[in-house]
Amino acid sequence: MPVNFLPTTADYLRFLPEIIMTVGGVLIMLLEPLLGEDDKRTNLSALTLAAFVGALVAAFLANDNPGTSFSNMLIVDGFATFFRVLVISVGILTIFSSAQYLRQEHAASSEYYALLLFSVTGQCVMVTANELIMIFIGLEISSIATYILAGYLRDDKRNNEAALKYFLLGSFATAFLLYGIAWIYGTTGSTNLANIRVALLTPGSERNIVLAGTAAALMFVGFAFKVSAAPFQIWAPDVYQGAPAPVTLFMSAGPKAAAFAVFLRVFMTAFGPITSRWEPFVWASALLTMIVGNFAALLQTNVKRLMAYSSIAHAGYVMVAIAAHNQIGVAAAMFYLAAYALMNIGAFAVITHFSRQGEKYVNVDDLAGLAWKEPMTAAMFSIFLLSLIGVPLTGGFFGKFYIFKAALDANLVWLSVLGLLNSAVAAYYYLRILVVMYFREPGEATASLQPPTAGINATLWLAAAGTLVLGIAPSVLLNFANSSSALVK
Amino acid sequence: MNLLDLVILLPLAGFLLVLVLPKEEPGMIRNFTLIISLIVFATSLGLIAPFWFNTPGKFVFETDVPWINSPAIRYHIGLDGISLWLVLLSTLLTPLCVLVSWRYIDKHVKQFYAFLLLLEFGLIGVFCALDFFLFYVFWEVSLVPMYFLIGIWGHDRRIYSAVKFFLYTMAGSMLMLVAIIYLYNQSGTFDYTKILAGLQSGSIPISSYAQLWLFLAFFIAFAIKVPLFPLHTWLPDAHVEAPTAGSVMLASVMLKMGTYGLLRFCVPMFPSAARACAGWIVTLAIIGIVYGALVAMVQPNMKKLVAYSSVSHLGFVVLGIFSFTQQGFDGAVYQMLNHGVSTGALFILVGFLYERRHSLEIAAYGGVATPAPKLGIVFMITMLASIGLPTLNNFIGEYLVLQGASMVYFRWTVFAALGVILSACYMLWLYQRTFLGKASEDLTHHMPDLNFREYAIIVPLIVLMVWMGSFPQTFLPPISTSNAALLGPLDSRREIHVRAVPPHLPGLQTHTELANAR
Repeated sequence: MPVNFLPTTADYLRFLPEIIMTVGGVLIMLLEPLLGEDDKRTNLSALTLAAFVGALVAAFLANDNPGTSFSNMLIVDGFATFFRVLVISVGILTIFSSAQYLRQEHAASSEYYALLLFSVTGQCVMVTANELIMIFIGLEISSIATYILAGYLRDDKRNNEAALKYFLLGSFATAFLLYGIAWIYGTTGSTNLANIRVALLTPGSERNIVLAGTAAALMFVGFAFKVSAAPFQIWAPDVYQGAPAPVTLFMSAGPKAAAFAVFLRVFMTAFGPITSRWEPFVWASALLTMIVGNFAALLQTNVKRLMAYSSIAHAGYVMVAIAAHNQIGVAAAMFYLAAYALMNIGAFAVITHFSRQGEKYVNVDDLAGLAWKEPMTAAMFSIFLLSLIGVPLTGGFFGKFYIFKAALDANLVWLSVLGLLNSAVAAYYYLRILVVMYFREPGEATASLQPPTAGINATLWLAAAGTLVLGIAPSVLLNFANSSSALVK
Repeated sequence: MNLLDLVILLPLAGFLLVLVLPKEEPGMIRNFTLIISLIVFATSLGLIAPFWFNTPGKFVFETDVPWINSPAIRYHIGLDGISLWLVLLSTLLTPLCVLVSWRYIDKHVKQFYAFLLLLEFGLIGVFCALDFFLFYVFWEVSLVPMYFLIGIWGHDRRIYSAVKFFLYTMAGSMLMLVAIIYLYNQSGTFDYTKILAGLQSGSIPISSYAQLWLFLAFFIAFAIKVPLFPLHTWLPDAHVEAPTAGSVMLASVMLKMGTYGLLRFCVPMFPSAARACAGWIVTLAIIGIVYGALVAMVQPNMKKLVAYSSVSHLGFVVLGIFSFTQQGFDGAVYQMLNHGVSTGALFILVGFLYERRHSLEIAAYGGVATPAPKLGIVFMITMLASIGLPTLNNFIGEYLVLQGASMVYFRWTVFAALGVILSACYMLWLYQRTFLGKASEDLTHHMPDLNFREYAIIVPLIVLMVWMGSFPQTFLPPISTSNAALLGPLDSRREIHVRAVPPHLPGLQTHTELANAR
């Protein structure tokens, strides 16, 4: 076979963001012993930032020359670029919000930044993967780095609990995914998404429907775990609550978006031919996820745990878009994940800022009177919360609107009605935060609050501006999402 | 950019400007908000011009520019005779609310006035929006400032009430959102005029089953806002706990969002579903009229009394709309305005009393008319207007509604008229217990008469009550024209049931039989 396995320049250019970030991560680990204690904090975060910005630029450049690379293993298309930019931006905002936190916990070391880079690299590989093995490799790179980040403060009991839970359950779920890959490989003889699709479309493949369906079910378990969709969401509250606040900020946005991207790509392309088989399961899972997330969140007093359940509920909304299994649904999921990343990062940045050393103040009631102590922070937190509720003129509303529009397009009337009523329930627990911030007098926790650092402020302003822009002028992002939502080439 | 755009955008600009004013200067913020809201009111008076000499049956001051390309969402606004007066009501009451809060609001002044202007922006927008998406945006945007107005500056149970208010409205509007998206998917547009035309001509295919569900989705959202019995329970809480300005805006303008929605969207778009449900809805409206009045009668709290009287009055509006008659529609719209003026004035007067005595309990008063005779007089006029005394405004609206209802089903009128009688009971009794009798020493001490600021607030409303009651022709022609435009296609689409000719009637033959016979 005269196939040239040597990669071409175009191959490398399409893979450049991942290369930059990997090199950056390795460089950081090598540089650490050479730097003094004071240099570390500033220089390392600056280097990480540089790597992320470089990767961001490279991701845009790669989009100018779309196509596959490394023998069809990776694919650079609008969809991949969208999520690459999203996860890298999440990385950047995570750095902004971490500096102060790491300093106050006396934990500003190179591993944190290197792991962050590796995790984002893994997510970039996931979203560009055109092939199940690459998806698995990307998922592992991203997950293992995130497991360690979740237990980053190794002397902290809750950190350890979070990391262990996340690791054990995560590995278990990944095993399901891998098993699913094995089944589909056995059934169709390929791990390439396009080839699997062709194999399933071939006349006569009906007798393999049980095998393919089982493979889809197994992979669904793996993905549902990663996106914390019910009934595989059990880990999320404990891990989100236990992990350091900036890590939770990162986990709830980046890995989740990447996992959804893969979920969409695999189920819309490879398993597209058997849509009627998996659609009912996604339908049920979407509804269950929304209900579990929203109703459990009603009872929470810890704001991190509350946001964890909220994050489950929002995964449910995106599942609705997947259940719609049409092109608008894909675009809606893309838009929603971007809007969700912004509003969630913003909310967690406030939590990071407010919690102080040892995460002392993470109860909803601690936030009492924040509006009268720091009006700007509270105002931006309100924007994020209103966006999470889904009030118009915010990104969260438009995303939700677009998701349910896709669902109604696909005739999922009941899912839409129940989903939207769910978001009315959700309003209650977000309002509780608004209530304590605005309607109560400042308490001890608020009184001792120092003004936010430049990094936190940068995150808040960027996220708030982004949330409003996505709400008032969604076309900016929506047009791109719409034009790149055709996953079947 | 036309005058209407200006009227909508000025409050928004005011909101943004108040946000950047220094919070250490409450006096400056008050003056600024007052000036801005007066400018908005003055500008909005110009909106009457096209309606003054002749009354166009279509929308004027239309602006239709794209906002979001795909899905096609447009910034489409316009004004007709129905929305005209509701917009003017909003712009009139906002400066009055600024004045009402002048002394009463002394903490977080900046945020208060900012939210008030944002509320005005949302309310004006709701009454002008001709694009469903835009309508929904304004509908929800008006919710947020009201939530904060109740929650931050309200009385003791403010948090409970604010959250309840938000959740009730939110739950309803979610159903409306589903209906809006469904309509968009069927028609490919959010444009109200296009969808209405499409539904009336039948070019947008909607089965009668789907029509019923769509009607109910919109109806529940609006009925919660009206509020129609039994969805009214948020209202007494919200009204009682809100600061005076909040109660006024809530009662006078926000409740009209619901009735306006019923009149503008629900009934014209889904006429056969509306007719099919009319019996049930009118029953609920009449229950609301009587129930609201009865509960108002036994309230020991003044604000709660006025709140329940709102439930009763708004029942008339719903009754008028679901009579599907010209008189009923006209009366409904006129009653919306009347209720805005007279109940707004009642809340303002209760606010005056509260500022003097710091109590809302009726029992804490008695004999107020002795130390404060002028306050007694304005309260009496307002109360009589609310009862529906001829020559004062409510009489006209209630009469038209009752006449419209009687043309359809006389029994409705009989029951609804009970509400008018009961309103005289609770209002006169309230007046008697509060203003008449002997004033205690303590009360006399705390009860100065009206000052200049209070005159400035209440006199315009008293003038309006007399004007609207004595010369309704100033206000009614644009309303009637617009209502006729809504009602016309509605009547022509009334379902006509054609039955097959009973076979035992020999004199009647069908066309086919006639042809065969030949």
